[in-house]
Amino acid sequence: MRTSARAVTQWIDRRTGLISSARTFLNEEIPASSGWPQVFGSVALFLFLVQAFTGILLALNYAPTPGEAYSSLRFIINEVSGGRMIRGLHHWGASMMIVVVVLHMLQVFLYGAYRKPREATWLAGIALLLLVLGFGLTGYLLPWDNRAYWGTVVTTQIMGQAPFIGKYVQRFTGAENGVGAVTFARFYSLHVLILPAATTLLIALHVYLVRRHGVTPGPSDNRTTRKTFYPQQALKDVVAIFVAFSVLFLMAATVQAPLERLADPSDAEYIPRPEWYFLFLFQTLKFFEGALEPIGSVVLPTLTVLLLALVPFLDRGQIRRVWDRKIAMGAVALGIVGWTALTAAAVLTTPKQASQSLAGISSQEWNYVSPDELAGVGYFKRQQCGKCHNLVEGAPKAGPNLGLAASTKPEAWKMTHFKNNGGMSAGHASELNSVELRVLSTFLQRGAPEEMVSLLDVPEEMITAAQIYVRQGCSNCHKVNDAGQDAGPVLNGLMSRRSREWVEKHFADPQAMSPGTSMPPYHFSSADQKLLVDYLFSLPVR
Amino acid sequence: MSLEIPVEQEKRIFERRGFISATISTLGAAIISAIGVPTCLYLFFPARNQRRNQWVDAGDVSQIGEKTPQQLTFRQFRRDGWKVQTEQASAWVVKNAKQVTAFGPACPHLGCAYHWDKSRDEFLCPCHGSRFSIDGKVLTGPSARPLDRYEIQVEGTRLWLGQVRQSKGSQT
Repeated sequence: MRTSARAVTQWIDRRTGLISSARTFLNEEIPASSGWPQVFGSVALFLFLVQAFTGILLALNYAPTPGEAYSSLRFIINEVSGGRMIRGLHHWGASMMIVVVVLHMLQVFLYGAYRKPREATWLAGIALLLLVLGFGLTGYLLPWDNRAYWGTVVTTQIMGQAPFIGKYVQRFTGAENGVGAVTFARFYSLHVLILPAATTLLIALHVYLVRRHGVTPGPSDNRTTRKTFYPQQALKDVVAIFVAFSVLFLMAATVQAPLERLADPSDAEYIPRPEWYFLFLFQTLKFFEGALEPIGSVVLPTLTVLLLALVPFLDRGQIRRVWDRKIAMGAVALGIVGWTALTAAAVLTTPKQASQSLAGISSQEWNYVSPDELAGVGYFKRQQCGKCHNLVEGAPKAGPNLGLAASTKPEAWKMTHFKNNGGMSAGHASELNSVELRVLSTFLQRGAPEEMVSLLDVPEEMITAAQIYVRQGCSNCHKVNDAGQDAGPVLNGLMSRRSREWVEKHFADPQAMSPGTSMPPYHFSSADQKLLVDYLFSLPVR
Repeated sequence: MSLEIPVEQEKRIFERRGFISATISTLGAAIISAIGVPTCLYLFFPARNQRRNQWVDAGDVSQIGEKTPQQLTFRQFRRDGWKVQTEQASAWVVKNAKQVTAFGPACPHLGCAYHWDKSRDEFLCPCHGSRFSIDGKVLTGPSARPLDRYEIQVEGTRLWLGQVRQSKGSQT
């Protein structure tokens, strides 16, 4: 058996040379001092492969046009088997890629591994860093939710600020007249065609150069005691890859990648924020006002990249131990402190908005509808209106499709119709009271059928909570999602103002918690109370 | 660089190499299967919520004569991935004294549209020449199965159609 296996490998190798090439590659001589610090390049390469693989999978179920991108992504997340996992890997893999690439760069920088004759390797690395950031920038638009749309509006505006070339860059990204179908096509092509090709070529060049010049020896390495890449260093690389992948896998499995509402160019209240690794640039921007703004948005970042590229030509000293490289250490420390401070400032100054994963409830379309409509969904289901009516899909039914057009029937007609369940259940008088009837009518007045259908998937708890809210007449004093009265405080953002305990005590005894309030006490069952507070805490902050 | 390595030490080095390569293979296999399982689900398992077609009102069957199959056309919704579309669909409806039968519009051989050949009182599929009797049985041609049938319900004079059920086995 063993001899025949050997015969097969020999046969293949004689004809292709692949096996001996792999062997040569694995047995590359590396300095004896190599070890854990040298693993990051391999991890970055691995993550690139993961991104390419999951990206291809996503493309198999993704419609790259502004009209359909969002619904196809929802399809991937909610319906395709394993889709949420694949999207999670791709989303969090992007962030992890940034982290690992920066660690790789820090290691090379601290070890002075960019020095002669490895300047070209360093430059190829800088180009790869820019490509990775380009992937992040272009991929950000592809979900076509509010976050993607508004984030890209801002970045394309910034591109337009570049001196001399701004107009042309904007034209190239199709954003001259705003972000739309052309921008989307350009970003998509960049993300899946141009950048991957460029990255593959540059990785090949980068790895070739590493091989050509060899791994940088440390000051302790004399040239006689070298070792081979396989097995020890190979094991270290694989262990590092495994650790990185485990973290990525856990994130993809447990942390839901964000998807907000469908991009809404008319949303005047949306506050766009870039991905976390661009927050420091965003914060830098704030220091420059008026005519000086391009300095913060374009000039400084460009100079930083140029400075990074010039590093091997500025530092021409001898190889020394890391701890002796005071200037390099200082530069890195300064960079880390600066980046952290800017990022922290950006995070702290970001007003809380969309209830992204607040209380473990993610931001969905239904977070934005009024309690009346949400409660109406429940009555629609309970009264089994779906037996005779479609909201958009499904075979024709006895009654008209309620999603295609808002009903033109007079309100009184509808009330009678609701009360006798459309005449379908003679003798089964509807048990809806007048408030509930009004609420059902409100729900059915919604125009957008897609949205109505997605409302049918709202968690049952939230509907029940909205029904409690409606039944108690909360909206006679409070506003939620712009619906209701102004006598009491707006309940959006309650979570950022009050604790759960506070709200619960306030229900039981409002005077004790906020003296002078006109709110009467409410005594809910503990289950109802929990549902109601869950619901109120899931509301987006306005 | 030919260094003399004592036999014992050499043996230990090779044992270690074996251990390392086993570790590398294990970790590699773990990663590949962690990606491989969701990938297989993603590519080869059906999507959730792809609700099947519901019952459709295909039309009035009171005017259909016995022994003359009639093609009824109707519109139905179809869920197509992330889209909901309406499409034209049809059924060949046969009535006799006792019951109504509705055949799916596709030839069970390779899916071509067949029609009623009045001259011979048979269904004829023009693609590969399969012929079926009025009750759907194969008379001649390559089809291995009789015509597929819709689930049906008759309410008054209206014919309601459900799923097309695949017919079983070969029969002549």
